[in-house]
Amino acid sequence: MTHPVRRGGCAIVGVAESDIGEVAAGMSPLDLMAQATQRALADCGLKLSDIDGVFATTSQSRMPTLALCEYLGLQPRYHDGTNIGGSSFMSMIAHAQAAIAAGLCDVALIAYGSTQRSMGRSNVAAPDINPYEAPYRPIYTGSSYALAASRHMHEFGTTREQLAQIAVAARDWALLNPKAWEKKPLTVAEVLSARVLSSPLTVRDCCLVTDGGGALILCSAQRAAHLKSRPAFVLGTGEALSHLNISQMPDLTTTAAVRSGAAAYAMAGLRPSEIDVVEVYDAFTITTLMFLEDLGFCPKGEGGRLVADGAVAPGGRLPVNTNGGGLSYCHPGMYGVFVLIEAVRQIRGEAGKRQVPNCATAIAHGNGGTLSSQSTVILGNASTV
Amino acid sequence: MTYANDTSSPLARFQDYLWRGQLAYQYDAIGDRAVFYPRVIAPRTGNDSLEWRVSAGVGTVYAVTVISPRGSPCYNVVLVDMAEGFRLMSRIEGLPAEDVRIGMRVRFRAFLPDDGAPPYPVFEPETNA
Repeated sequence: MTHPVRRGGCAIVGVAESDIGEVAAGMSPLDLMAQATQRALADCGLKLSDIDGVFATTSQSRMPTLALCEYLGLQPRYHDGTNIGGSSFMSMIAHAQAAIAAGLCDVALIAYGSTQRSMGRSNVAAPDINPYEAPYRPIYTGSSYALAASRHMHEFGTTREQLAQIAVAARDWALLNPKAWEKKPLTVAEVLSARVLSSPLTVRDCCLVTDGGGALILCSAQRAAHLKSRPAFVLGTGEALSHLNISQMPDLTTTAAVRSGAAAYAMAGLRPSEIDVVEVYDAFTITTLMFLEDLGFCPKGEGGRLVADGAVAPGGRLPVNTNGGGLSYCHPGMYGVFVLIEAVRQIRGEAGKRQVPNCATAIAHGNGGTLSSQSTVILGNASTV
Repeated sequence: MTYANDTSSPLARFQDYLWRGQLAYQYDAIGDRAVFYPRVIAPRTGNDSLEWRVSAGVGTVYAVTVISPRGSPCYNVVLVDMAEGFRLMSRIEGLPAEDVRIGMRVRFRAFLPDDGAPPYPVFEPETNA
């Protein structure tokens, strides 16, 4: 039997953010999911009644798919409520792709909403209790990423300045994105002199705390051809799990993105050099750096030198996190859905002042937990299928 | 097959060793490797007869971060690689937090919190031990 999941067999046809940044008082995660869903449907010209597959997640509901189906009056044929942190949405693309290929649903909705800024982050994202880590009072999740950064700096000579360059590049991209939270330029000196969150990382190495939601609509390539939006074809997907707690991560300088990326590239039949725009989950500056290495844009240990001198900033050699990223655009806690939204907009050529010219292929990489879950999606426009 | 309930948990056993001033870990004879944190079933091999062992208490700092909360003293959080082949999160005591370095040789001691919480492992630089 041939594998039912094939390169380009389905496409992301609708994308939208809900209200983001700081939303109106009393807005719930479900309000934001519903708002994003309606906007994503309008984006592609489908109706609520067309949705027969629902994939919802948030850290603020124990049963988000049930909650969203109740809210929107949906009775899907197929559903999924994966929560592996911020990479959940890339994994949901992989799962929806398989479900569509298997005929289990025709139109899949992936939705997310968070009001962590309004509610207070500690109220909405409490970690699992771990008696082997809790006594040492690490900041969740910042200290885990700080430990990884300390090790990367030790092994490869990565510098604070190089990490700061990633924050500055993200800010420069954000200044081209009208929806970005941050509106003022940032310098390397400002990153380095900012308050230390968990050394070696300062608060400027760290993602924002905002509200926000997002939605994606997927369907088969055949159906996508009859819709008003330009499809972003799913060329490749890959998922990899590593650990939950940072003390269980085998090597703090190498993530399971090596595996998820390899799977996605293999399915897409593409190499890193054939990717036009790179969107990776930047919970912290160190994550951008490690994913550029682990997804093959430079050898292991060379990430610091890759990002120096504005190479990943607007006008640089490699466009990375063109929306401004979790560092400067928006980060409601599980940021992966926004990584995918930006990748789709770049593929469509709808990214305005931050549009990467001749963008035919994009990689959208998600990270969850403490470098724990890694999920990769490679998208392409009509010229790639 | 019927199973009788276990009479103690891996965490309780681990803390029993700590009350005696010992750092315990488990050894999986099937996989020939150290296991930490303590479990009822070994990862990968599924071995349900994990052997408890007491560490010699000597390790090396693998990664370090220093947290500086507003209005209270800074403290370090480390990952320590033990000579027996397992890694754990901990804290290095006996020197300023910012002086902890990756590669530093450290020695275990059991720390008893004064709030009545169970003991947990901390480390000191080996030269101070």
